[in-house]
Amino acid sequence: MAVHGACRALLAAWVLLPALGEAQQPLHPFTVMGDAIPDSLTGQRGDPVRGRAIVASRQRGLCLLCHAGPFPEERFQGNLAPDLSGAGGRWSAGELRLRLVDSQRLNPATIMPSYYRTEELARVGAPWRGRPLLAAEEIEDVVAFLGTLKD
Amino acid sequence: MTRRRRAMLVAMLVLSLGGAEAVGPGERRSGFDDMAPETRAMQLDDMANPGMLWVAEGEAAWRRPAGPAGRSCAGCHGEAEASMRGIATRHPGWDQAAARPISLEDRINLCRRERQGGEPFAPESDDLLALSAYVAHQSRGMPIALPDDPRLTPFREQGRHIFEQRRGQLNLSCAQCHEEHAGRRLAGSVIPQGHPTGYPIYRLEWQSLGSLRRRLRNCTVGVRSEPLDEQEAVALELFLMFRANGMPMESPAIRP
Repeated sequence: MAVHGACRALLAAWVLLPALGEAQQPLHPFTVMGDAIPDSLTGQRGDPVRGRAIVASRQRGLCLLCHAGPFPEERFQGNLAPDLSGAGGRWSAGELRLRLVDSQRLNPATIMPSYYRTEELARVGAPWRGRPLLAAEEIEDVVAFLGTLKD
Repeated sequence: MTRRRRAMLVAMLVLSLGGAEAVGPGERRSGFDDMAPETRAMQLDDMANPGMLWVAEGEAAWRRPAGPAGRSCAGCHGEAEASMRGIATRHPGWDQAAARPISLEDRINLCRRERQGGEPFAPESDDLLALSAYVAHQSRGMPIALPDDPRLTPFREQGRHIFEQRRGQLNLSCAQCHEEHAGRRLAGSVIPQGHPTGYPIYRLEWQSLGSLRRRLRNCTVGVRSEPLDEQEAVALELFLMFRANGMPMESPAIRP
């Protein structure tokens, strides 16, 4: 029984690890204007289909642990944070981008993690150190997807 | 950078003020209170509670001579129903030789090494879980009663600091979930207030009995933080037990 439990815990930990061997990339520079980052981190538009998959994934985006949203196929959505429905109507792409990249600039006490920040974090575990939660391309995919949630 | 640091300081101040009064004694809830009725019924029925399998094994181990000394726990401590009553309500407890608080599991291993001359049990081994479940079970229904001992104070304060410090890649503190957002749902699960009233617990997610240390590791990995070292872990356990002082012990509890 204990062995089975330990395996499950190890498996869970392994699933959370980012792909090993992936080279650490420096963050793309960006400019905050008001409460937005107007320009794409990559200079490209993201892909909303990939963005939806990231948001729905419990291992990559982690979004549905705290947020609910228009994902009828996903059971067990969180209620710690606002529903994502209508996010694209409430916020511009630039505002969404800053809220993903570093919400704590807007509200230092928020539980929303800063998805594109690697500094001023305490005790980050070795596998995740120096890595943002999402890559710049993934941030843009999520921004593109959230922008489609108009109501 | 400076603005960020100032913002963090303000946040920490707000958090520490909030933390002091977030969950008053009157509103404290055991994770038991938020479980489905059938899971509660399973915990309350000793014939259905899987944790009682470890308790039964622990009772046998209590009487079994062990180590080169050929001594059993019962050989020194007699009947656990009397001698172990209330012990788990006062752990982590002060250890003179270590000059720090130690967990109930460490206390068992200390006895095993020094009195029985045996090898300490491995953390999370069935042998250690069985004995700790048996000992903790002797306190079931008794209020958690950590003493007001000044030697414990610095460790308790270290534990409070760990509880309130944001950490890991997700940059979350224990308090942000288990005080400010307790009772709400993280994915499908109600976030408990984090009172360690029933350890070792049978966690349905684990399909096994496990210690408080193991439960803390779950959250540490969850926020993608470094593991706590031994002293940090026992300090956090101590703080959590102080925070739950007066709440009744449920060992072995069941949790989802």
